Amino acid sequence: MSEHKNDLIEYLLRLADNAMINGQRLCEWCGKAPALEEEMALMNVGLDLVGQARNWYEYAAELLNDGRDADQLAFRRDERAFRNLLLVEQPNGDYAVTTLKQFLFDAWHFHTLSALSHSSDARIAGIAAKGLKEVTYHLRRSSEWMERLGDGTEESHRRLAAAVDELWRFTHELQEADALEQRLADAGLAADAEAVAAAWRSTVAQVFNSATLSVPAPASYFYLSGKRGLHTEHLGILLAEMQFLQRAYPDATW
Amino acid sequence: MYAQLVETGVKRVKTLEEMSTEERAFQERIDAEIKIEPKNWMPDAYRQTLIRQISQHAHSEIVGMLPEGNWVTRAPTLKRKLQLMAKIQDEAGHGMYLYSAMETLGADRDEEIAKLHSGKAKYSSIFNYPTLNWADMGAVGWLVDGAAIVNQVILQRTSYGPYSRAMIRICKEESFHQRQGYEILLTMMRHGTQAQKDMVQDAINRLWWPALMMFGPSDADSPNSAQSMAWKIKRMSNDELRQRFIDQTVPQLEFLGCTAPDPDLKWNEERGHYDFGQINWQEFYDVLKGNGPCNHERIATRRKAIEDGAWVREAAVAHAAKRQQKQQAA
Repeated sequence: MSEHKNDLIEYLLRLADNAMINGQRLCEWCGKAPALEEEMALMNVGLDLVGQARNWYEYAAELLNDGRDADQLAFRRDERAFRNLLLVEQPNGDYAVTTLKQFLFDAWHFHTLSALSHSSDARIAGIAAKGLKEVTYHLRRSSEWMERLGDGTEESHRRLAAAVDELWRFTHELQEADALEQRLADAGLAADAEAVAAAWRSTVAQVFNSATLSVPAPASYFYLSGKRGLHTEHLGILLAEMQFLQRAYPDATW
Repeated sequence: MYAQLVETGVKRVKTLEEMSTEERAFQERIDAEIKIEPKNWMPDAYRQTLIRQISQHAHSEIVGMLPEGNWVTRAPTLKRKLQLMAKIQDEAGHGMYLYSAMETLGADRDEEIAKLHSGKAKYSSIFNYPTLNWADMGAVGWLVDGAAIVNQVILQRTSYGPYSRAMIRICKEESFHQRQGYEILLTMMRHGTQAQKDMVQDAINRLWWPALMMFGPSDADSPNSAQSMAWKIKRMSNDELRQRFIDQTVPQLEFLGCTAPDPDLKWNEERGHYDFGQINWQEFYDVLKGNGPCNHERIATRRKAIEDGAWVREAAVAHAAKRQQKQQAA
């Protein structure tokens, strides 16, 4: 494992940041959801994700062993150091945008954690297996909402189709494996990105079909890369809000 | 408290002799501490009073998510963020639980929510105060949920069965929130910097009096209390509950190392209670009438959520209908 330590830290941060930023976006829905049941569900999913982020950050902090803890990784890194997918940092938009964003991520997350629960690293396998139980629920929920909105009213279908037009370009990132992921996958530590991408495409095709949506052509190369810390302009503002207290009172204990 | 001013529409409590046979049988059941259940006969005024009280209580849970939602995106650590998210989730659940209890009385959830949005129905005055620093999350948990618990512990014995059972369930979670809130403040006072200690005292200064107002007008100005007490909807008077809250809260305040913004607060050996200063009742009635610091924002936010979400709810209904059609065709 030691030969892969730096890769592993980077990979754990990607997993952690994905869950953290998605959870943060869900927090923004508090008090604004279309129904009370959705208030509960959104906070429930967000709670699961922030909890998973904490688990990944803690493991990353142990491997880093540079005095930083999970909170410092979440609240003291700048946007160039964040490794989340561009998809999860996109603004919530209307409920169609939020639903689609969540579904596309949940499908990817589900297949990723399914693979990671067989990781040769017991710690990763454990965190993934625990998270997978939660993400199975997330995926079921967002798939059901995809169907309700896609095959609901004319307006809901139109809004969901518009959301696809807006967000599909970011799915390129869910489809590409970089060298780091390949090295870790070869070592049996990380998910095989090609296999995850294929499973993701199949889930998306199935749910889009039930939602009476057509699957767009595969998204083409996009100039930014969340994995390399090259984000959209949305992340900086999100972090300014999320990290404010830790930045303003660096000596504080909360 | 989450329902601090509930009209009973009754000017004078009837004696047993003045009651009809049905009314008398109902009152005797109440006096014998037998719970009233949805299918039992009940006076219309009892039903309407409970609908008003339980809906106010439910509305308070929902509007009460907003002052905390204001800080959930800025919570300072992963642990605090998770706690706050869990708490907000509980509150949405409490709201749903209370709306269900209210519906056993024949009221409609959407109609009651529409009354809230039009300003006809009330919610607890406390949620019209802004949350201005992180310590407010601790102070809301400790003082606001603390006041709610004092009220709800008594309401566990309220005469209407579904309401009483809702309170038993909700109290367990509220107690947990209150301890977490206090722990937030204690951490800041024991291990925090001077700036954090100042935040705590500032939060207490701003929320102390509004928390005391949660128990409603003083007994002398509670014309509806006599009937609510006779029906055992209320089991203790506003002033009794307020005194109980102050007596149990002041030692916790001292343990924190903070002070109350009340120069008249002191232990009265003779009464065995804390004496405290005069509540600003003008402010209380202003806030209740809609002229508090955040009344406008709170209602505007809730109204917008429901209006913006209309197309989502319509889609869900349309999809359910399509699905049913398909199943019938198959």
